[in-house]
Amino acid sequence: MRVLAIDTSNLVLSVAVMDETRVLGEWTSNQNKNHSITLMDGISMVLNQCKVEPEELDGIAVAKGPGSYTGVRIGVATAKSMAWALQVPVVGLSSLQAVAMNALGYSGGIVPLFDARRGQVYTGLYRSEQVVTVKNELPDRIMLLTDWLMEVKEAVGDESLLFMGEDLHIHQAVIQETLGNQAIFPAPTLYHPRAAQIGWLALQEFKQGKGTDAHELVPDYLQVAEAEAKWLAKQEK
Amino acid sequence: MYILGIETSCDETSAAIIQDGTKILSNVIASQAEIHKRFGGVVPEVASRCHVESITLTIEEALQEADKTWDDISAIAVTYGPGLVGALLVGVAAAKAISFAKGIPLIGVHHIAGHIYANRLVEEMEFPLISLVVSGGHTELVYMKEHGHFEILGETRDDAAGEAYDKVARSLSLPYPGGPHIDRLAHEGEAQIKLPRSWLEPDSYDFSFSGLKSAVLNTLHNATQRGEEIKPADLAASFQESVVEVLIEKTIRAAKQYKAKQVLVAGGVAANKGLRTALEIRCEKEGIKLIVPPLILCTDNAAMIGAAGTILYEKGIFASLDLNGMPGLLLTE
Ligand SMILES: [Zn+2]
Repeated sequence: MRVLAIDTSNLVLSVAVMDETRVLGEWTSNQNKNHSITLMDGISMVLNQCKVEPEELDGIAVAKGPGSYTGVRIGVATAKSMAWALQVPVVGLSSLQAVAMNALGYSGGIVPLFDARRGQVYTGLYRSEQVVTVKNELPDRIMLLTDWLMEVKEAVGDESLLFMGEDLHIHQAVIQETLGNQAIFPAPTLYHPRAAQIGWLALQEFKQGKGTDAHELVPDYLQVAEAEAKWLAKQEK
Repeated sequence: MYILGIETSCDETSAAIIQDGTKILSNVIASQAEIHKRFGGVVPEVASRCHVESITLTIEEALQEADKTWDDISAIAVTYGPGLVGALLVGVAAAKAISFAKGIPLIGVHHIAGHIYANRLVEEMEFPLISLVVSGGHTELVYMKEHGHFEILGETRDDAAGEAYDKVARSLSLPYPGGPHIDRLAHEGEAQIKLPRSWLEPDSYDFSFSGLKSAVLNTLHNATQRGEEIKPADLAASFQESVVEVLIEKTIRAAKQYKAKQVLVAGGVAANKGLRTALEIRCEKEGIKLIVPPLILCTDNAAMIGAAGTILYEKGIFASLDLNGMPGLLLTE
């Protein structure tokens, strides 16, 4: 089964083509270029180099958030439109899980995070399973980093915690201060999401017949739009 | 020849199949108006979220209603500006993805060119022509000497006509969107309140509505202070009369100067009955051919994008996969 995987949910843009046995090709850029301009050319380039025609794809995988609202939408709109046009299944996966996959095989808790401004982070707690996949132990959420650190420590006790993500440098000092040696910071080569990891996760889902109907695929923003939040708050008063 | 049109520049997700640039086979519009009502205006983030939810369903419906498959489609025409950038990006991403997946040529369409070309779905265009574009975001007089050629003779220096309508509606505590309510109210009242007409320089085709809007607010304010009551219907009628008079005078002057064979009205405010009726009467008197699209083609829709895209298709002007959403795209670009 041949899968096209994409991630545009944050600054990194990543595209991969793969099947169950290997990654045929992957392109990842961390140049903060406009994803809207670059994504389709990137897809075209990777498919071209892998000598795969669009109609030879059997499924599409996409990082569906959390992340930049616009970035996530570009990825999801592209993935669902392609999947629908090609009549193949599509799967949306957590952008955090994609990053956590880079720590496959790590024995402690895996904590991917993206900055969400005002001291908040998008994050979750993951755990490696048999060097095949990472599973969610505490679900993805947006919350104050300081609160999150307390919660995650409570969940894992004295176990080590591997922190990862492109925005880590913003929060590293606070994490270190709060958790001391319990917090591990790996090499930065593990920080950025790789589309092949999303493709791999999607292949597990497709194998179980879990693909989504393209029309149904929507982003996972993890929070309502600001105007919506304000409106809801006003209703409660 | 069949063109798929896609439009997501504001709060309508729309897809349409157009035959030969003139015939609508389908025009599916998923409106978010109800969703934005409670916010008192279109919220860009909410609009973008809605677009991504309904984009493929809308396109599928357009194909099914037209009874066409991808093999029948010659090109995909999509609005890439101007508009809300997050909203535009959803349509552009979808159009590019399908264009690439199915190997169908891609065309980028200017939203206002679309509004103008809505007229070609009613009647064949004859050049030269003058188009009055009036919507929530635009008030422009456009001169066209041939297909695909646009020259802006004048535009608003402050508020768009539709914006002025919405603001006046708010001051009268009318629900959002206010334009249609003013129009309705105006027909129940009499234009007996004196309000200014902003002509600007004698030879200018530009517009300005902020002075008029302020005059309306002042009138209301002064009346409240004096404890007088102003009939909202009369104020609406007086306001509408001022807007319509300026729009029509400038349009007719341009039509005469450029020896226009047709005057076209485009944009959401073209749905305004007061404007339509007054223009009809005036154009008939002046012997000028007037075309106003039916209501459904005045507000945002993809049929007009398909119609405008057809001209680009015939001229061989295609977009590449790096097409981007351009919130401030100019008609003359
Ligand atoms: Zn419009």
